[in-house]
Amino acid sequence: MVGIVLVSHSKQIAEGTAELVLQMAGEVEISPVGGDADGTFGTDPERIEAAIRDLEVDEVLVFMDLGSAVLSAETVLEMLSPDEREKVTLVDAPFVEGAFAAGVTASTGADAEECVEAAMEARTEPKLQEG
Amino acid sequence: MEDTQATLDVIREMAAAMEENRRQLTKLDSEIGDGDHGNNMNRGFQAALERLENADLATPADVLKAVSMALISKVGGAAGPLYGTAFLRASSALGDTEEVSAEDAAEALEAALGGIKQRGKAEVGDKTIVDALQPAVEAAREAADGGSVAGVLRAAAGAAEEGAEATVPIRARRGRASYLGARSEGHQDPGATSTYMLLDAAARALEGSS
Repeated sequence: MVGIVLVSHSKQIAEGTAELVLQMAGEVEISPVGGDADGTFGTDPERIEAAIRDLEVDEVLVFMDLGSAVLSAETVLEMLSPDEREKVTLVDAPFVEGAFAAGVTASTGADAEECVEAAMEARTEPKLQEG
Repeated sequence: MEDTQATLDVIREMAAAMEENRRQLTKLDSEIGDGDHGNNMNRGFQAALERLENADLATPADVLKAVSMALISKVGGAAGPLYGTAFLRASSALGDTEEVSAEDAAEALEAALGGIKQRGKAEVGDKTIVDALQPAVEAAREAADGGSVAGVLRAAAGAAEEGAEATVPIRARRGRASYLGARSEGHQDPGATSTYMLLDAAARALEGSS
């Protein structure tokens, strides 16, 4: 099974995105990590690490919003043991759309690779029809 | 054990420097960033001191690793993962070395720079920590030949100071300041400045003890 960790500078964005994904995907393991250790805007490597470890899944996809969310997630990855690291993929995709596509795909029992592919497609999917 | 104690002295001096300069760093950061760099660095180094009190420290690398973990979890923003990675890489570079030579110190600084460049994907001229740390590493390498650890750190601090000052006219290309475009010109980069202050503190700690 594939689980998702959502890393945002904002608690509300992380939690709201998780709610949105759960609403559509139903059965999917998803863990929002928003804000820094003081509860203000930022990211918190310690909680990101805990979220990755606590998900009871075979593979973990991590979605990140702005700047330091990526730095924090990459740093956490370096802190994990090689066995743990192998299970984790940082996904280079839009935060809301990517997590949404991956979550829905994961709920069908797809593996991490298929979920990442779905998330990456969200980057190029046009929102407005041309012409 | 002696060098483990010296490493602890270095960290204590760094923490004191961050406490003393937090307003100045925060002021620089409010000009081109989100205005929290000084407070964040101070909080991180205070957390590092706490962690060091309760840690089992056998080697200089153990000290640097404990500091790394505190900075990663407590500094916040981009600076936490960046400085945390720097200390983590420096710790790995020292390995189980008990007596740190001038060459070891220069290598640890070089490893720290490698970590920051990899994590932040920045180069010299982007108006970041790298603008201070890269010239610092070059100066450290030159000073390592026949020099002392204190000499290496003093050379590094001197080059970092010049590097930090040279960020003033640059337009930021990485981090939050890059969103400001031309408006980031004319301000000294807070990250490059804190790098200079940390190296200066490190040199001071060792000069005092020798």
